[in-house]
Amino acid sequence: MRTSSDRASYWRWNLFWLAILLSIWFLASLGCGVLWVDWLDRFRIGGFPLGFWFAQQGSILIFVALIFAYVWIMNRLDRRFGVDEQSGGRGRRP
Amino acid sequence: MTVAAWTFVMVGLSFALYIAVAIWTRAGSTGEFYVAGGRVPPVVNGMATAADWMSAASFISMAGIISFSGRDGSRYLMGWTGGYVLLALLLAPYLRKFGKYTVPDFVGDRYGSDVARLVAVVCALFVSFTYVAGQMRGVGIVFSQFLGVPIDVGVIIGMGIVFFYAVLGGMKGITYTQVAQYCVLIFAYMVPAFFIAFQMTGNPIPQLGLGGTLSDGSGVHLLERLDALSTDLGFTRYTDGRLGTFDLFCITTALMVGTAGLPHVIVRFYTVPKVAAARISAGWALVFIAILYTTAPAIAAFVRTNLLQTVPGRPYATAPAWLHEWESTNLIAWTDKNGDGLIDFTDGPAFAGKPAFADGRGPHGERVVTNVPTDNANELYIDRDIMVLANPQIARLPNWVVGLVAAGGLAAALSTAAGLLLVISTSVAHDLCKKVIAPQISERRELVIARVAAGVAVCVAGYFGIHPPGFVAEVVAFAFGLAASSFFPAIILGIFSRRMNVFGAVSGMIVGLSFTAGYIVYFKFVHPELNDAAHWWWGVSPEGIGTIGMLFNLAAAVLVASVTPAPPEAIRRLVEDIRVPRGAGEAHEVSA
Repeated sequence: MRTSSDRASYWRWNLFWLAILLSIWFLASLGCGVLWVDWLDRFRIGGFPLGFWFAQQGSILIFVALIFAYVWIMNRLDRRFGVDEQSGGRGRRP
Repeated sequence: MTVAAWTFVMVGLSFALYIAVAIWTRAGSTGEFYVAGGRVPPVVNGMATAADWMSAASFISMAGIISFSGRDGSRYLMGWTGGYVLLALLLAPYLRKFGKYTVPDFVGDRYGSDVARLVAVVCALFVSFTYVAGQMRGVGIVFSQFLGVPIDVGVIIGMGIVFFYAVLGGMKGITYTQVAQYCVLIFAYMVPAFFIAFQMTGNPIPQLGLGGTLSDGSGVHLLERLDALSTDLGFTRYTDGRLGTFDLFCITTALMVGTAGLPHVIVRFYTVPKVAAARISAGWALVFIAILYTTAPAIAAFVRTNLLQTVPGRPYATAPAWLHEWESTNLIAWTDKNGDGLIDFTDGPAFAGKPAFADGRGPHGERVVTNVPTDNANELYIDRDIMVLANPQIARLPNWVVGLVAAGGLAAALSTAAGLLLVISTSVAHDLCKKVIAPQISERRELVIARVAAGVAVCVAGYFGIHPPGFVAEVVAFAFGLAASSFFPAIILGIFSRRMNVFGAVSGMIVGLSFTAGYIVYFKFVHPELNDAAHWWWGVSPEGIGTIGMLFNLAAAVLVASVTPAPPEAIRRLVEDIRVPRGAGEAHEVSA
């Protein structure tokens, strides 16, 4: 992170991943759990109608996975652009 | 030992634990008081956040609400967990990088305006007070339910406990107490859930049992049986919804966005040491929340199936014992409309409102209800809260489990109340006194003010717990809509738009908040008789209107900002700075 174009590039990557992860967030919850729930209920997963499963179980599990995916992606991105807190002396607390 | 004895033991032991933790971890500086010195490890912070977040409503009421509303209950499940994704991806890391202590700090500094800061303080106080009053009431109800003391005495005991560790320990004390409370509440929630899942489906994991087959040898899936029972008795199929799709969409969105905008949740992410820690601790928080939130719908379906299998059509005299027991606590009522002595249970309320009991017994030994019966066939009133409270008895679990559930309900209510009280005291001492009224006060004075404010807030919350204004329960649900339509867009735009200025943000907050509050007040308090789908705008109920208010907020903010001057260079640099993690941690050292 020496130049302002590095900074801009880091930010664009961040926005790119945010767009992807938030799309999944939307599709899994408001999409499968609300908008298309009746259509999905025609399919089954175990004893669950699929739409019902998304609404009461699946969306929550996907939320958890999304946050951990975000953490992993961002930690890699931070290191690639040299903005992670470990490699910079200024980031440490006394 | 009796249920009451076990309850005393469990509640007493858990309270002793909280007080011991509070003394061990008391705060010495403002930094420790407000944000626990910013040194809490992410897993610990995640656990404390989960306890902070899951209130008495989550612990006691949520499974019951789902049990009675079937698939429509998923708006709470998705709404109150999906917000953490927004929080982790859009807010937590940037607010942690920004440093400082509170949401009003961010709003005030980012927009360089004390007006914006004051608007944020007022919102934070309003949201926190409505919330905390409900928690104190919850403490009182759990006490009266299990220990037989009056609700008011229960509230006062709860006040004493919260006062002790919130005032003494500040955020540091609260955080570590909340970790203990999380352990108590999740253990108390899961133990009966394992038992009942195993009884119903032969699989002890509730989340799997929900999709499993019944253990009665029929080989039928539990949800299929539940759907069939519901239809036979005249209810909607359990796995079908009743709410309009767009309304459900708006309510779920408002709850998600509102969750991400609640000040007592956001402030938790200031307590971790680094930006990377803020990201991961949101993940841990959601893991710990998801354990309860994926179990709740399972409990809801199990208890519902059990209820529909054992109660409807049965003579009152031979109904299960738990039904008689909970009738004696006013939470169940039966009125024999057709005089056949059988409990008829079907769709619709048995009578309007909560049951009012007269002295004496009816012809079948039931308590006499004085409410005017409705003209539908349903004869049974069941308070939704007993779905969790009666769960151990319905599943015939040992007495110590009942005591454990009481301790768990109290842990949930107390941990949330403490977190909210801290937001209130921080808002008063830091945002109001230190930043606006008297910037020259020393840290020691500020800490004294914070403690006094926390003490006053406990008393005010206790007062509202003993004398609940009728609108509290209503308002708590709307706090989400108000947070969604005010805070959330102002913070998001402050991070993701360098061009956003104070004029845009403040006009957005005013437009969003006044539209949402106006709509809610109109339909809930001015013309409650018009509160139905035919009169709602775009078919959106007051619960979901925060989503529309948020869109108005965003539109107004962008529009106004585009015709007013860009923010000064210093603020644009601040925005650039919070977007990269390196350098986090400095803000605390400067201001603490």
